[in-house]
Amino acid sequence: MDILKLLETNSKLTPSQLAVMCDMSVEAVNSKIKEYEEKGIILGYKTIIDWDKTEREYVSAMIELKVAPQKDLGFDRIAERICLHPEVQSVSLMSGGYDLLVVIEGKTMREVSNFVFNRLATMDGVVSTATHFMLRKYKDKGVIYNSDEEDKRGNIL
Amino acid sequence: MIDYNKILSERTVKLQPSGIRKFFEILDEVKGVISLTVGQPDFVTPWHIREVAMRSLEDGETYYTANNGMIGLRTEISKYLERKFELSYDPKNEVIVTIGGSEAIDLGIRALVNPGDEVIIPVPSFVCYGPMTELACGKPVFVNTYEKDKFKLTPEALKAAITDKTKLLILPFPNNPTGAIMTREELTEIADIIRDTAIMVLSDEIYAELTYGRKHVSFASLPGMRERTIVVNGFSKAYAMTGWRMGYVAAPHEICEQMHKIHQYCIMCAPTTSQFAAIEALKNGDPDIAEMTAEYNRRRRLIVDGLRKIGLSCFEPEGAFYVYPNISGFGMTSNEFCERLLREEKVAIVPGTAFGECGEGFARISYAYSVKHINTALEKIEKFVNKYKK
Repeated sequence: MDILKLLETNSKLTPSQLAVMCDMSVEAVNSKIKEYEEKGIILGYKTIIDWDKTEREYVSAMIELKVAPQKDLGFDRIAERICLHPEVQSVSLMSGGYDLLVVIEGKTMREVSNFVFNRLATMDGVVSTATHFMLRKYKDKGVIYNSDEEDKRGNIL
Repeated sequence: MIDYNKILSERTVKLQPSGIRKFFEILDEVKGVISLTVGQPDFVTPWHIREVAMRSLEDGETYYTANNGMIGLRTEISKYLERKFELSYDPKNEVIVTIGGSEAIDLGIRALVNPGDEVIIPVPSFVCYGPMTELACGKPVFVNTYEKDKFKLTPEALKAAITDKTKLLILPFPNNPTGAIMTREELTEIADIIRDTAIMVLSDEIYAELTYGRKHVSFASLPGMRERTIVVNGFSKAYAMTGWRMGYVAAPHEICEQMHKIHQYCIMCAPTTSQFAAIEALKNGDPDIAEMTAEYNRRRRLIVDGLRKIGLSCFEPEGAFYVYPNISGFGMTSNEFCERLLREEKVAIVPGTAFGECGEGFARISYAYSVKHINTALEKIEKFVNKYKK
């Protein structure tokens, strides 16, 4: 569990650093990571990027979908089909006023809108959509954007 | 014109300023430094504790409290000491809430020391014990601890330091700067030496929650030691509450009565907002301590391993959040080593001599920093060490 927690905050930690921090051997860490990867517990290693600081045109939106569940399959089938689109970053089944929360990324608002109108809204079983464009990101995956990292602690022995 | 040389208190003028001041001045000059110097947690006080403090302000709780602190807080402190360290103190008259651990130490020394009394201080240790003893007209007797003894106070060293003037023994464990701790067996050996004497003990246990691998043992919990021990503790290190200035002292009521007078005249009472926060910390802060300690422990292993791989001999600290590597093999004094490391690699660590002459050959490195920060610093230290390795 320690290894997972550490990798979740920083996937660049090397097996030998993880071994020291968790009081394990390097071999044990390596085989544990391999096990997590094979079992699908570790699904990938990604980088958190603040795209606003780059030239890349970029917009993202959260779309609330109301969906008519299908017999025997519930929401799974439609959720799986939504997952197939590369524009889709995440799909979650929600409690409350709507069913699926879909996060979409695109180059422009028009591109995202087109995707919602032409692809999502028209799918069988989708009853309604509500699109919310994200204006600014303050924190994502536990990382605070544009944080002031100045160490304000006084030099006290 | 006033001649200040004639007018200022001789005793105060004679006090040595903290030796680290000059180093910190250089540190301020250099830009872009990776610092490992700070003696306080890098965590922010847990939110639920801050929230209670804010609510107390909203509710207008802005009065003085009782001199020795709110009874609700003293009761929680008493329960905490019993729960964690098997200590029993009456919240009514055996606990005083102080402005950080520092005031608690001052109260203890002033309540006990008569002019000329000797105070045994194991070094290296936190810098305040000597000056506070001098202000109380006592005589500090420094006892060196050594790397080969894991920087513990040995029975032999203690025996050699005791004279018929010895009034007080300071026990600064878990230790700043070395990270040394004293086990139950080792403390028992100390207790056996002083059991039949009139020597008192001030046990500074401010780092008691930050031990790795074994639980802290309070000296006052050993058979027969409660009556002669003043326990100093506080919230700064355990709950990441340094800026709140919350500490306390627990001792038999005969001693507390005397400490209470000093506290009453100098301080009045600890800040009320901080007292509310402290109650919340004691009631609901155990999970925070567990989480922070686990994180410190991972960093501790990382940095000890890193320093050893670089080739620095580094005693394995079992408490606090410092490592104390041996840097004597480079033909430089601790000061030179640290100043050059700062100027050439922009990494700041504290020369051991900041804690007295006995710190020559060593440096204190704090790991109250993020893993990323520690790893960057280790790379730079390695570069420096390789350059000057003999």
